[in-house]
Amino acid sequence: MIPGFRNVVTGSRRTFLKGSAAATAGLVIGFNLPVGARKAVAQATGTFAPNAFVRIGRDDTVTVIAKHLEMGQGTYTGLATILAEELDADWSQVRVEAAPADARLYNNLHFGTLQGTGGSTAIANSYEQLRKAGAAARAMLVEAAAEVWGVPAREITVEKGQVKHQATGRSARFGELVDRAAMRPVPTDVPLKDPQNFTLIGTRLPRIDSKAKTNGTALFALDVRLEGMLTALVARPPRFGATVKSFRVDRTKAVPGVIDVVQIPSGVAVVATGFWAAKTGRDELEIEWDESNAETRSSAEIMETYRRLATQPGAVARRDGDVARALAGAAKRISAAFEFPYLAHTPMEPLNCVVRLSATECEIWAGDQFQTVDQMNAATAAGLRPERVKIHTVFAGGSFGRRATPTSDYIVEAVHIAKALGGRAPIKLVWTREDDVRGGRYRPMYFHALEAGLDAQGNPIAWQHRIVGQSILEGTPFAQAMVKNGVDLTSVEGAQNLPYAIPNLTVELHTTKVGVPVLWWRSVGSTHTAFATEVVIDELAAAAGRDPYQFRRALLAGHPRHRAVLDLAAEKAGWGTPLPAGKGRGIAVHESFNSFVAQVAEVAVEGDTFRVERVVCAVDCGVVINPDVVRAQMEGGIGFALSAALAEAITLDKGVVEQSNFHDYTPLRIADMPKVEVHIVPSREPPTGVGEPGVPPLAPAVANAIFAAKGERIRSLPLRRT
Amino acid sequence: MTISLNLNGQPISLDVDPDMPLLWAIREVVGLTGTKFGCGMAQCGACTVHLDGEPTRSCVTPVGAVEGRNVTTIEGVSGRVAQAVQEAWQRLDVVQCGYCQSGQIMSAIALLQQTPKPTDDEIDAAMNGNICRCATYVRIRAAIHEAARTMEG
Ligand code: FES
Ligand code: FES
Repeated sequence: MIPGFRNVVTGSRRTFLKGSAAATAGLVIGFNLPVGARKAVAQATGTFAPNAFVRIGRDDTVTVIAKHLEMGQGTYTGLATILAEELDADWSQVRVEAAPADARLYNNLHFGTLQGTGGSTAIANSYEQLRKAGAAARAMLVEAAAEVWGVPAREITVEKGQVKHQATGRSARFGELVDRAAMRPVPTDVPLKDPQNFTLIGTRLPRIDSKAKTNGTALFALDVRLEGMLTALVARPPRFGATVKSFRVDRTKAVPGVIDVVQIPSGVAVVATGFWAAKTGRDELEIEWDESNAETRSSAEIMETYRRLATQPGAVARRDGDVARALAGAAKRISAAFEFPYLAHTPMEPLNCVVRLSATECEIWAGDQFQTVDQMNAATAAGLRPERVKIHTVFAGGSFGRRATPTSDYIVEAVHIAKALGGRAPIKLVWTREDDVRGGRYRPMYFHALEAGLDAQGNPIAWQHRIVGQSILEGTPFAQAMVKNGVDLTSVEGAQNLPYAIPNLTVELHTTKVGVPVLWWRSVGSTHTAFATEVVIDELAAAAGRDPYQFRRALLAGHPRHRAVLDLAAEKAGWGTPLPAGKGRGIAVHESFNSFVAQVAEVAVEGDTFRVERVVCAVDCGVVINPDVVRAQMEGGIGFALSAALAEAITLDKGVVEQSNFHDYTPLRIADMPKVEVHIVPSREPPTGVGEPGVPPLAPAVANAIFAAKGERIRSLPLRRT
Repeated sequence: MTISLNLNGQPISLDVDPDMPLLWAIREVVGLTGTKFGCGMAQCGACTVHLDGEPTRSCVTPVGAVEGRNVTTIEGVSGRVAQAVQEAWQRLDVVQCGYCQSGQIMSAIALLQQTPKPTDDEIDAAMNGNICRCATYVRIRAAIHEAARTMEG
């Protein structure tokens, strides 16, 4: 019995354990369920499950099975739209349910064999897959109708959930046809619609999760309650790399509600009847830490070593022409150094999950972003085979990359605790905000050194870009594919593929070893490379005495999609029209995750500080599934980027993180949110992502606007602390 | 110790440590989970409830301090203003991850009860205690204006 456990989308009692049996029953072979399995499912549940991505009930409900985590980016709405389009369902009959962890059926086609969400790939990798799934289901309903009515299938039309035969005036709802449709073989190679005939894709359908998220019924992992469940908090070391030497539990055990105190690899866990007792008990722990392997440097010290490294050549990520010679012969030279701090993700819902462990099975409830990885890590910790780990993915209260952790840190902790308790109670592990801010897995700190040169006509002829910082992927299972010749592609993405036509260009990387755990953070490498490159391009334009928009435009002749968003943003922002004194406009353009975004920021200088008043954004993300979700992701990406650009920084004092909660690690609040206008470039290219690409251009556009307003170049983030 | 209060219009008695924050009493003892935990130190507003009609951070309000008082959570809000706000939120699709939104909506309802036609500056002032890490702020402003408009009409 799971009190309060409600269907996150419809608000009705949750039935996914029963429902998803269709996909996990062990009868599943490949993409489609065999006829026997479908018949069994249809008889047992009154639903038609032609494949792993959709079930249609006798009550007409179309349930789309989402293999991707909904963490705010609107993916449930987008995935359902794609399938419903080819099915010709009515939007009001569509529901969404999270897929179980099963990489054979639900792998991210861009991640190979892994099921997971990230890199703004959800729509891109699902587009063809879900169109085919919807089209196959539609074809089976049509054939069922043809059989019942004794008419040719090709004369049957489907519209808004109604199957019709015009000549005989017959019609049926999906629900009336499911039993018969379930008996039919699954067709292969069903033709897909001509995109010109789309009726759902490209329209502003309402978000499928809006209602549940405005009345308190949306279910997050923190809301999961199981019978007999206990809550655990973990005391972790104050310095990264330290371990438990010894601890005293007497005072903790005296706290009412504390049930047990157990040591796990990452620290000491206090297990109690609820959060408050666990927190009070943890406050009473006395722990001695072994810091012999701990990181004890301060961030300023570490940055100093980076600065020195940047004077030396690094591993080469790209080399065009002869940059040394071009620099030596340049008529004008610019050198610029950039500093970027560690950044925390701080999703609104702190990390947490629920684990129920038995001798033969491990069940996990989480806003799970990395199902296959989490399954494997949980299995190792539990001493079970991965297929014995079941994951119930629920809504995540944000992630920004934090919940996709190669070590599955928070999930593994919960499994260790459940195991230490001998599986005698389900465990809800909760990280407090302090645990989150101080817990590491940050966007790495970086130092960039750029040297660039113009010829006598003001054309850029040399560009030498050195990046210094930790690798996100080294030491993870992704290193093999993504770290080449000492270059972690996530460290240089956005720099190494610089689109501007500059004949002599090198991008080099120094990968550093620091005992601070790091991780991808919404838009990953582009969080820093877009800033350095787009500020230096602006500096080159100024040095050449040219308009920064026209200067970029001229260098992007070979990149029409960059140019199109740049043009659109400039036009809509009124680029070139006069602004009052004290105000300035800045522009930036960047490609990330195969989407193209340009932004123009308008800044008003106010004494020593400034306000960002307006941001105009243009985006090209290929075929648009839902323009309003695209706009929302651009708005949110801009706010998230501005948040970091203005005031976010994690700093270390002798290895100890100096920030702890939202009073000193300060996300953007509403008063600092600018007006945002989003414009979408129409496109027939395959759809790409929008979760991350709105982030990178914002900080350089703002820094360039500050330069336009008051002639001051800011080269280090966050802007308000320099 | 037993603490009696009115929760969403129902009298209830809770046998809890009076120092326990109201947030955890609501979430874990009563079992209403629409009110969220974001920071535990009155910084983010995710835990906002109405205490005798006033928006209050339940994460720093000891349950012992609400003896005999009226507490309303997202599950219990009702009336013209609440309906206008929740409908505007849905019409404009304000939510992204949704985790902050119970708190945002509780703050917005309280604002509109005091100030039926707020300006942008009044919205910013009233809503500045509610962090949205997904930065849905553009739509929060728009939805509050929209709710104000529908209530006029
Ligand atoms: S949880 Fe109460 S204000 Fe953040
Ligand atoms: S909607 Fe995600 S924190 Fe506000």
